[in-house]
Amino acid sequence: MSTTEEGNQSERRIQEIDSATVRFAGDSGDGMQLVGGQFTTASVFSGNDISTLPDYPAEIRAPAGVLAGVSGFQINFSSHKIHTPGDVIDALFAMNPAALKVNLADLKRGGLLIVNSESFSQDDLEKADYSDNPLEDGSLEDYRIVSIPITSMNRGAVEGLGLDRKAADRCKNFFVLGLAYWIYNRPLDNTLAWIDRKFTKNPALRDANRRTLEAGFHFGETAELFDSSYQVRKAPIAPGTYAKITGNEAVVYGLLAASHLSNKPLFYGSYPITPASDILHQLAGLKQFGVVTFQAEDEIAAVCSAIGAAFGGSLAATGTSGPGVSLKSEAIGLAVMTELPLVIVNVQRGGPSTGLPTKTEQADLFQALFGRHGECPLPVLAASTPADCFTMTIEAARIAMEFMTPVILLTDGYIANGSEPWKIPDLNSLPKINVEYYVDIERFQPYARNERLSRPWAIPGTPDLMHRIGGLEKQHITGAVSYDGENHEYMVKLRQAKIDGVEEDIPNAEIFGDPSGKLLVLSWGGVYGAAQTAVEFVRESGKSVSSVHLKYLNPFPKNLKKILPNFKKILIPELNLGQLRYIIRAHFLIDAIGLNKTQGKPFRVDEIVEAIDRALEAE
Amino acid sequence: MVVTPQNPAELTAKDYASDQTVRWCPGCGDYSILAQMKKALASLQVEREKNVFISGIGCSSRFPYYTNTYGMHGIHGRACAIAGGLKMIRPDLTVWVITGDGDGLSIGGNHFIHTIRRNIDINIVLFNNRIYGLTKGQCSPTSEFGKKTKSTPLGSIDFPIHPCTAAIGAEAAFVARSIDVHVKHLAATLEAAARHKGTSFVEVYQNCNIFNDGAYLYATDRQQKFDNILELEHGKPLRFGKNGEKGIRLRGLDVEIVNVGDDGVSESELLVHDEKAATPTLAYLLSRMHYPKFPEPIGIFRSVESPTYDELIHDQIAKAAAAQKPDLDAFFHSGETWTVK
Ligand SMILES: Cc1ncc(C[n+]2csc(CCOP(=O)(O)OP(=O)(O)O)c2C)c(N)n1
Ligand code: SF4
Repeated sequence: MSTTEEGNQSERRIQEIDSATVRFAGDSGDGMQLVGGQFTTASVFSGNDISTLPDYPAEIRAPAGVLAGVSGFQINFSSHKIHTPGDVIDALFAMNPAALKVNLADLKRGGLLIVNSESFSQDDLEKADYSDNPLEDGSLEDYRIVSIPITSMNRGAVEGLGLDRKAADRCKNFFVLGLAYWIYNRPLDNTLAWIDRKFTKNPALRDANRRTLEAGFHFGETAELFDSSYQVRKAPIAPGTYAKITGNEAVVYGLLAASHLSNKPLFYGSYPITPASDILHQLAGLKQFGVVTFQAEDEIAAVCSAIGAAFGGSLAATGTSGPGVSLKSEAIGLAVMTELPLVIVNVQRGGPSTGLPTKTEQADLFQALFGRHGECPLPVLAASTPADCFTMTIEAARIAMEFMTPVILLTDGYIANGSEPWKIPDLNSLPKINVEYYVDIERFQPYARNERLSRPWAIPGTPDLMHRIGGLEKQHITGAVSYDGENHEYMVKLRQAKIDGVEEDIPNAEIFGDPSGKLLVLSWGGVYGAAQTAVEFVRESGKSVSSVHLKYLNPFPKNLKKILPNFKKILIPELNLGQLRYIIRAHFLIDAIGLNKTQGKPFRVDEIVEAIDRALEAE
Repeated sequence: MVVTPQNPAELTAKDYASDQTVRWCPGCGDYSILAQMKKALASLQVEREKNVFISGIGCSSRFPYYTNTYGMHGIHGRACAIAGGLKMIRPDLTVWVITGDGDGLSIGGNHFIHTIRRNIDINIVLFNNRIYGLTKGQCSPTSEFGKKTKSTPLGSIDFPIHPCTAAIGAEAAFVARSIDVHVKHLAATLEAAARHKGTSFVEVYQNCNIFNDGAYLYATDRQQKFDNILELEHGKPLRFGKNGEKGIRLRGLDVEIVNVGDDGVSESELLVHDEKAATPTLAYLLSRMHYPKFPEPIGIFRSVESPTYDELIHDQIAKAAAAQKPDLDAFFHSGETWTVK
């Protein structure tokens, strides 16, 4: 994995490695997310490809030091293209015994374990349910432990700045960050600049954080606790300007871009729910783009306000997680019946009910496809990575407006909070979304249809196009209320045909690997990264495995029915009990093998590799 | 179909009739409300296409189909939410919500309160027949205690909600009440509601002659009505009775009925209506006057100015755009970026 180079002026040895996965873990108050974010930025600035996985506790304020309060941030950085935040970790920074206990299982044998020795008091150990001190009982001998008195080293670094004990101790995360920068050979300048910006109003804190960051770095250099530091080379990344983006940010950017590309004002109605709230938070701060954001009294009001805004002519969107979609489902039916454009983002989390509110799952596919009464079809899309949320949000908006239909976009907690580099697109190069309000008085009929079977978007305030829509069945073309059974059946089929016709407007599924073979890994949503990495890995050993990743789940890409029969077996990994597998069976009469997991965590690559091997062996 | 635009000043009630057959039970109070709404719309003199009616579900909520404007028949209880979204994105429109007592106060109670407290500039007209009409006769949240209905054969044990009191409790800036058959009063009240900037709430007593006939007989019957309703007029003392021989006087923190004139108190002792009072105390007090103990006020309880939600949003948007150029490309590049060559 590595070549060794003799060191630089300070005589340190730098080992070159391909990639590394590092996790920072501590109490929720320890600032681990912040440290992770800074480390990520430093990594992308060093030219690595990255993928991150923040993991915070469900408890709002668990008592300090207990297992329930552990917060973690994992980052995988690499000199080649990567798709996941990494399975096993190479280095774990554990701020206290609880963080050690919760995270140790993911640290690879021989991995680097950096702990704050001063947080292993009897009291801390008890809080973390340790009966013996793991630093002393030999249980950690498989790891390269570096035990450092972080608390006092940090205190020493910030001494004389007039900070009280509590404020001083809060800086210790930057000591750890500085140390991490030394270990992975990263420059400090960006973080120093960040500290200067962040603490302009509080020079004491600014100086404290600067000093302890540098102290951490120098400690790494001088302490001789480490045999070497590591260097991960730049990844071959397509030219362009990049920003680090999370899935939720990408949804926000996608909505703004779609509004720009369609020249329609953006309305976002929502009610706070983890892990979707950040979409509302961010959009609310972007009023300069004319966005109307509305924190409604509940999800029903949120989606209804969006329906009203869609009627009024805006690009209307609403975002939530599974429980919120449940509340919205009656109104989504109204949007289907009134044939108004609407984007519904579901950032999935573990369910049912309140389930695992901060953990990821992909179990709302059935809900998206079927969770409404009556024959109520609508397009369902799913983003595959944080940056892909940008593309798929624009797609959802495009389809909604071009077909006059609500569209559900599925993301999940894992991609919503995870981040990766996003190549900032040239706005002028993105295709325009061609939708116009209808103004042709001569031919206006509210339920007349174009070649896409889409009805005209005639907005209130337009003279001479006055019409009434609503949830009651509509007579074909005139849109008048109709109880006629024949008409109803016709309309039910027509609405279905309209959604089926979306397949003409979406890209074909792409096959990674050979177009036929022994095994096809068929994935959707956030499983992309793990599935792709696994397939890349097994193909290197010459195995006959290909993969298809689905981003359109209703309708499916047109070529899918041709692809599937070309493989002897199909493996579908998903974070549920087999929802896509069920749909594939129903659609194509093709059996598939499921790889299913519902632990609130994404797949590890090795889990998928193993399942591939099992499937191939069982021939 | 080519329709030439009409000068709003020339519009009449007839222009607001849609081509749909109106399907309420013969004798339903809804017909009268529809007729008065058309008159009110005509007198507002706004372009027809600028009016939008949004409703929930119930007999009354069929209303949008019957007006030749824009409209949406929504889902049960959610009209306020739909209308709010529309108004936020389109402040140029006159947005009406048509709702029933079940629709607006039972399933839609939450949205009712929140729409009002936000003061979104829409006009909510609640048809109160104190029963569920469309679902054929269950009690509603405004039904009297003890009311026997299909779903309460032994009498309702729910205490009723009073729509105007609820609206005032939610800090409504405009609250009024009228009666389906009180045609002139109704048309004028609807017009005043439309002219008010901010959420206006109008409760209309509506007779459901099929499931709750005569619920408001005390207020509509020629013989009884003078003793049982009191017409509110801004700046005027509160008098009622056939010849205004009775009045309302404040006593402690409550009101009492007194005789006015030679065998009673002088007019100067009566409460004087002030719809512009800054605090909602008087409006609240009046909204608590119920038959049979008191005459029930009709007219405008409260009409005060207050900033509207839609205005405030667009102010924020304008200020943000003035402070920061809305340049999407620049925004995409505004965070920490790095360039790969
Ligand atoms: C979600 C939902 N629940 C229940 C109903 C059935 N429903 C329709 S109208 C109505 C009550 C209507 O009463 P009100 O609002 O007083 O209107 P009215 O018919 O008396 O004008 C009910 C319960 C429905 N359509 N949707
Ligand atoms: S049931 Fe009652 S409210 Fe409904 S239309 Fe008939 S009379 Fe009117």
